[in-house]
Amino acid sequence: MYVAVKGGKKAIDAAHRLFADKRRGDRSVPAMTLEQIANQLSFAVDRVMSEGSLYDRELASLAIKQSAGDLIEAIFLIRAYRTTLPRFGASRPLETREMRVERRISASYKDMPGGQVLGPTFDYSHRLLDFTLAADGEVADPERPDEAMTAQLGHVAEILDREGLIEPVPADAENEQPPDLTREPLEFPAGRKLRLQNLARGDEGFLLAMGYSTQRGYARGHAFAGEIRMGEVEVEFFAEELGFNVPLGRVKLTECQMVTQFKGSSKVKPQFTRGYGLAFGQSERKAMSMALVDRALRWEEYGEELVAPAQDEEFVLSHSDNIQATGFVEHLKLPHYVDFQAELELVRKMRREIEERDEAESQEAAE
Amino acid sequence: METSEMETNRRIMGVLAHADAEMLDQKFAGLGHVPGWRFLRKPETGLVMLQGRVSGTGAAFNFGEVTVTRAAVSLETGEAGHAYALGRDKRKAEQSAIVHAMWQSGKYQQEIETEVIGPLERFAAEDDERKVKETTPTKVDFFTLVRGED
Repeated sequence: MYVAVKGGKKAIDAAHRLFADKRRGDRSVPAMTLEQIANQLSFAVDRVMSEGSLYDRELASLAIKQSAGDLIEAIFLIRAYRTTLPRFGASRPLETREMRVERRISASYKDMPGGQVLGPTFDYSHRLLDFTLAADGEVADPERPDEAMTAQLGHVAEILDREGLIEPVPADAENEQPPDLTREPLEFPAGRKLRLQNLARGDEGFLLAMGYSTQRGYARGHAFAGEIRMGEVEVEFFAEELGFNVPLGRVKLTECQMVTQFKGSSKVKPQFTRGYGLAFGQSERKAMSMALVDRALRWEEYGEELVAPAQDEEFVLSHSDNIQATGFVEHLKLPHYVDFQAELELVRKMRREIEERDEAESQEAAE
Repeated sequence: METSEMETNRRIMGVLAHADAEMLDQKFAGLGHVPGWRFLRKPETGLVMLQGRVSGTGAAFNFGEVTVTRAAVSLETGEAGHAYALGRDKRKAEQSAIVHAMWQSGKYQQEIETEVIGPLERFAAEDDERKVKETTPTKVDFFTLVRGED
């Protein structure tokens, strides 16, 4: 039980003032600008947008600056900010097939139409510290050949789909509005659409660990990265007053399609199954982990057994949100004095009872 | 609204939504004459829930939100202009709505097309082209090696 406590205002103000000073640090070092954060710490910005569940690079950069790089604190700030804005409505569903691809790889097909496009990546680097960065060395411009590739490439899964080798993706009735966990509390069973919303805003570390657990044998399914793609996608919004879909600009997304082992029956020949991940910005680890967990959570659809934590919808969805999690863990720091007094009383009483009993027993033995 | 009219409106509003705010500001300042106008809707920032598709192509699910700013104006000559764009730039929304309204007036359409929409559209296309060109050399050909004897 938490009982409200009063007082301490002066100390709290002083602590916040001290924190502001610490955050700014040595005044002889230039302060960071939001442009510097947005440009040079882009992965941190992408993570804050993804888990803050709000796409706005400038706001995410401000949150990172304000939280001095504590990303969960930054995500918290973003979640709080979004509650201050009205909602205009929902976009038209994003068409990732029409993404302007900046990176697109497949671990299952070497030669697919459009090819493998590495884009800007850490992959294949040696993970050696680069001391030229410490010295602020010059950075070369990227190559810009005269001929450009095609920017819009079909999904890799279409190759399997054409041969019927992968489960088809069921479509909904047009205009059916999906459930929204920012509007209604999460209830179980949640279903795949609500699960995907929950996972998309879920903590990267949590999803990474859950996804990893499926690879190590806690749940079935041998996954291949069918496709990972990153790039910009158009956002369209149906404006009531205009009566048509208005283009709003583009958002950068990472999408992962995991292709996992088969499902078949007496009626349907074996087919690959799918796990899906989608995240804001360049967030590959997040999208891949999400796809592994999405697939594990679909055990019931394939008549698999529930044997592992990553398959347990209630366990995964209830613990994926780092703002809920940190709220509950960190509330332990707040004064629990009354609560603790009660426990203290209890432990004293228990000890007293044992002492009294021991005393009575030793007296009996002596008599 | 007829399909062709809707498509041209989508084009104009789309070019303005994609526009770099600074560049739009510059082009707007360069306009010869901006007629009198008033707000039908003052610039307002809110959220749009982005929907994804299950497995990329299936049913819609709620994915996450994005900030959007919108505005609407009416010219003294009666034309209404609307603006919607990602982000929180109210000045951009105001200028976009005025440009959209002016584009609908026979008197200003040509100037808006050549001085604002055309250049913004070309700049965006060049920017896209540059990005694709930078991505192109990262395209790889992996090859697999057969190990041992068959």
